[in-house]
Amino acid sequence: MEGFDELIDYIPLMLEGSVVTLTVAFVSLGIALVLGLITASLKLSGSRLGRGVAGVYTTVIRGVPDLVLMLLIFFGGQIQVNNIGAYFGWDYIDVDAFTAGTITIGFIFGAYMAETFRGAFLAVPVGLLEAGYAYGMSKHQVFFRILVPQMMRHALPGLGNNWLVLMKVTALVSVIGLHDLVFRAGQAGGTTREPFLFYLFVALMFLAFTTVSIWFLNWLERRYSAGVRRA
Amino acid sequence: MDFGPIFENYRLYLDGLALTLQLVFWALVIGLVFAVPLAVMRISTNPLVNGPVWAFTYFFRGTPLLVQMFLLYYGLGQMQFMIDLSQSLTFLKDAYWYALVAFTLNTCAYTTEIFRGAIVGTPYGEIEAARACGMSRLQTYRRVILPSAFRRALPAYSNEVIFMLHGSALASVITIIDLTGAGRIVASRYYNPFEAFIAVGVLYFCITFALVGGFKLLEQRWFAHLRPREEPTARQKARQPA
Repeated sequence: MEGFDELIDYIPLMLEGSVVTLTVAFVSLGIALVLGLITASLKLSGSRLGRGVAGVYTTVIRGVPDLVLMLLIFFGGQIQVNNIGAYFGWDYIDVDAFTAGTITIGFIFGAYMAETFRGAFLAVPVGLLEAGYAYGMSKHQVFFRILVPQMMRHALPGLGNNWLVLMKVTALVSVIGLHDLVFRAGQAGGTTREPFLFYLFVALMFLAFTTVSIWFLNWLERRYSAGVRRA
Repeated sequence: MDFGPIFENYRLYLDGLALTLQLVFWALVIGLVFAVPLAVMRISTNPLVNGPVWAFTYFFRGTPLLVQMFLLYYGLGQMQFMIDLSQSLTFLKDAYWYALVAFTLNTCAYTTEIFRGAIVGTPYGEIEAARACGMSRLQTYRRVILPSAFRRALPAYSNEVIFMLHGSALASVITIIDLTGAGRIVASRYYNPFEAFIAVGVLYFCITFALVGGFKLLEQRWFAHLRPREEPTARQKARQPA
């Protein structure tokens, strides 16, 4: 294709975009994991209020498209935050695209992670936890030394799927103006008049991210199932 | 919060809703029609048959729908031959068709993999039984494998339908006034993004749960034979020999 030299010229810009995409992905993953763990614990807790809040959260998130949530938080959140700010007499607060994007994606995938973790927590045999208590471990110790490592093995396949979907959802941050890979491709494609080439490049980058993730996830899965006999 | 402008513009929202449903419906139907033969090809052991289908599903499942849509709308749509073509076929200037094609290809790739899983999961005894009855390969597919695979694919497919509904919101990015697009128009006209998008979210939420309910009913019907048998009543128990 004739636009190929131009693609080479724009490689640094595209790599910059990739860094933004990956940063958004990892930060939102962190938010999603924390939210997911909290929500899963709430769902399994004895507190009726906790279960209710967690239930509403996961249901609402799964019922509304990610783009709508992102637009709501980016454009709507800005106004609401400053309404609240005006009430308390704060200065003007700017909700930038990075914050809005990562919070939205983290918030969405927190709900999906919660379901994954809930199933995984339930898959850990109670006997293991009881054994921990019998050794005199505290609740906290049992949680981090026994429940989490054992549960990870059951959670990994679901977690991996969520990560692969999350990475693709980060493309949406280009819609709210963050200079990620997709946004950069739009700019470069517009200037060089070779949009097809640049979007194809973006697609291949995403395929590369996906492929590397799958390798890594397979490796992790093997590690966490050490000691499990296979049929 | 003031939802007044939303009620004033309810027609905009309803038209958007209709467009969303229309897009999703056609993408799903066309995607489904192509997915069945592709799934059968995908399980072939011949690499020439299964390879291209693998590449197709790998590409469309590994890249964001937004990029696929841009690739078609900005990439393909601005190529010289497409511009020439749209001189005679004016409908090609409409973003609607690009979105429809992108959605169809995307859902088709996911559905193909869902069906592949379901077909591979057919208990081998069923296939052996069909062979033993003297059915040909085609007959085995038509009468035994596919009906049982459709049933097994239903839960995963219902998820795909929901994902497609949510993915269709992306159409608003390429100027289509679907439900999300309607929300964007109201948000920019009245500067009330919070209310405008909440209304959009509520509508999507309602459709999602209507769909979930519909699939539950369908599952009850299709999985009737898998439900646990009702407990025998006291009288039936008494009749049974000890």
